[in-house]
Amino acid sequence: MVDTGHLSLHVPEPAVRPGGQPDFSNVKIARAGAVPRPDVDAAAEDIRDLAYSIIRVLNRDGEAVGPWAGLLSDDDLRTGLRHMMTLRAFDARMLMAQRQGKTSFYMQHLGEEAVSCAFRKALNKGDMNFPTYRQAGLFIADDYPMVEMMNQIYSNESDPLRGRQLPIMYSSKDHGFFTISGNLATQYVQAVGWAMASAIKNDSRIAAAWIGDGSTAESDFHSALVFASTYRAPVILNVVNNQWAISTFQGIARGGSGTFAARGLGFGIPALRVDGNDYLAVHAVACWAAERARRNLGPTLIEYVTYRVGAHSTSDDPSAYRPKTESEAWPLGDPVLRLKKHLILRGLWSEERHVQAEAEITDEVIAAQRKAEEHGTMHAGGRPSVRDIFEGVYAEMPPHLRRQRQKAGY
Amino acid sequence: MARMTMIEAVRSAMDVAMGRDEDVVVFGEDVGYFGGVFRCTQGLQAKYGKTRCFDTPINESGIVGTAIGMAAYGLKPCVEIQFADYMYPAYDQLTQEAARIRYRSNGDFTCPIVVRMPTGGGIFGGQTHSQSPEALFTHVCGLKVVVPSNPYDAKGLLIAAIEDPDPVMFLEPKRLYNGPFDGHHERPVTPWSKHELSDVPDDYYSIPIGKAEVRRQGSAVTVIAYGTMVHVALAAAEDTGIDAEVIDLRSLLPLDLDAIVKSVSKTGRCVVVHEATLTSGFGGEIAALVQEHCFYHLEAPVMRVAGWDTPYPHAQEWDYFPGPARVGRALTDVMEA
Repeated sequence: MVDTGHLSLHVPEPAVRPGGQPDFSNVKIARAGAVPRPDVDAAAEDIRDLAYSIIRVLNRDGEAVGPWAGLLSDDDLRTGLRHMMTLRAFDARMLMAQRQGKTSFYMQHLGEEAVSCAFRKALNKGDMNFPTYRQAGLFIADDYPMVEMMNQIYSNESDPLRGRQLPIMYSSKDHGFFTISGNLATQYVQAVGWAMASAIKNDSRIAAAWIGDGSTAESDFHSALVFASTYRAPVILNVVNNQWAISTFQGIARGGSGTFAARGLGFGIPALRVDGNDYLAVHAVACWAAERARRNLGPTLIEYVTYRVGAHSTSDDPSAYRPKTESEAWPLGDPVLRLKKHLILRGLWSEERHVQAEAEITDEVIAAQRKAEEHGTMHAGGRPSVRDIFEGVYAEMPPHLRRQRQKAGY
Repeated sequence: MARMTMIEAVRSAMDVAMGRDEDVVVFGEDVGYFGGVFRCTQGLQAKYGKTRCFDTPINESGIVGTAIGMAAYGLKPCVEIQFADYMYPAYDQLTQEAARIRYRSNGDFTCPIVVRMPTGGGIFGGQTHSQSPEALFTHVCGLKVVVPSNPYDAKGLLIAAIEDPDPVMFLEPKRLYNGPFDGHHERPVTPWSKHELSDVPDDYYSIPIGKAEVRRQGSAVTVIAYGTMVHVALAAAEDTGIDAEVIDLRSLLPLDLDAIVKSVSKTGRCVVVHEATLTSGFGGEIAALVQEHCFYHLEAPVMRVAGWDTPYPHAQEWDYFPGPARVGRALTDVMEA
């Protein structure tokens, strides 16, 4: 018998911890424009490389290059920049509102604005997203009223969800935004079911599933992939890899797999990995996947490589688990600044216009906030009724809930 | 009108529902081509096509999760979990998703799904093919829980469940699939064809969810039961000669409290029986409601007869199953108390 020695358990560790020098040398980044754009009917096994590379359009100089470039008009690009700037300004105001005690909780998108803002532009009216808590760009880029978002965040008397949900767990069927659970990964397989239904009804609408790097470890992620694969559901399976699941680095969920995108390959699902801080690349890849889905070619898995610059939520402090300067070392830059640079290079934008746009957007956000606050905030002004606790558990209130509502005095 | 077994009645309900509404889809493990391990979906794929009745991967959270997504789209999925014992991987999707989608979205999205599952013991299924997890569903706000006890109710209630705008857990006592089992396992099996409640209309009808039915009028004691235990309770009344009033709940949530209160106020005695384990079982809820609403009518403590608080054993099935002898003893005890 060969002496193989004693076993030891492997527990992955991030490259650096607080106090260390940020290091992303392990993140291999393809040159912008270098990754080919296959036909949308390509088989998963013929495009395996795309699950291990990073599709990028904007280069360091701000030029849009390569086969994934050229989809967006000048107006589209300026609108895209405005959406990202709006989301950033919205986040800043709502974070402040949380600190002022106007709401209990908030989650911001800082550094990840391109992912949801650009993705929304690849969808049509009637398509359905099954988002996580960090895709409010789907709303902003679809012109959902900010004041409605704030009413929800404040749980005030005009909260469309009647005070029942945690702040930012929005819902709007009209805007293709499925009710956010707050539970992780459950929505992923539901998106596949929605897409299957659309196929069963010979409809033309498609679904988009959303999940974070950490939650891909949940069994629902694997359930979603097997159902999507088996029934070739018209769904885009999005994985937002922002490097951190609260305090847990992405290596804990990723394990021995090279990338999150590569998870799709075992299911025969074409998988792409994209620069999540590149508005043009995100949009181009999303369009590719949406076309595949609409042409009944089945699901696509997309990993967006990005970085969560802020805290996970208002309830954690990232300096306790990663170097304070890590976000500055992130090699894919800032999505807003990168698109801005591109627009300026093309003569479509200027520093002056940017400053002016920032001021306008801040005014819009503040105006929406004032309007929302007329209807109350978490602890002041108008609130949803106690009656709302009991309504809507069922379509028709059963007798035991009627008795309990009466006991509560309503 | 035809004589139907419970399997045929359940199948007929899905057939009628699928025929009336193109949005009704049926799926689960072995459900499509083969027609289900208990044959409840036999013929549905051939009749309605494989996009409306199909096989799924062995993945309960996927079955319920995709059903939720389909319901959000506008379909009415009626899915099968092969055995109730297999529902645990789907429990997260049921409790935190299906049950709360209407509530958390303020009606923006809804979840009209039916989850059918064979439940209970009596077929030597051992600990993983015999469970009765109804209390795990009644404890979840937003779910409805239905347990039929005969073919006529099974069809009418399943059609109502499919038409219901909210998620319904539909527990089918598998020992009742082929006959009205009363717990006398040593006796020959009685077929449904000899029972009046196997007279089932071929066409559409529905039975409102939330209404109990008195199966035996009596004056001495009220026995509250559902599913297989309805037949066991009737046998116990017969065997002991005690004039018990037997109530078949049919739906645990919503619960027909009025029917319970009316009967116990009349008899002054109450025995609750279920096959599921005793502790924190649904019988505890009923006992609490009875003492809250009927305390001054009670002549004896409310008693419970249930499965022992152990996993469902294999070889000792009949020592575990709360059969007519155990229910009969409780009836005698409550009369003497």
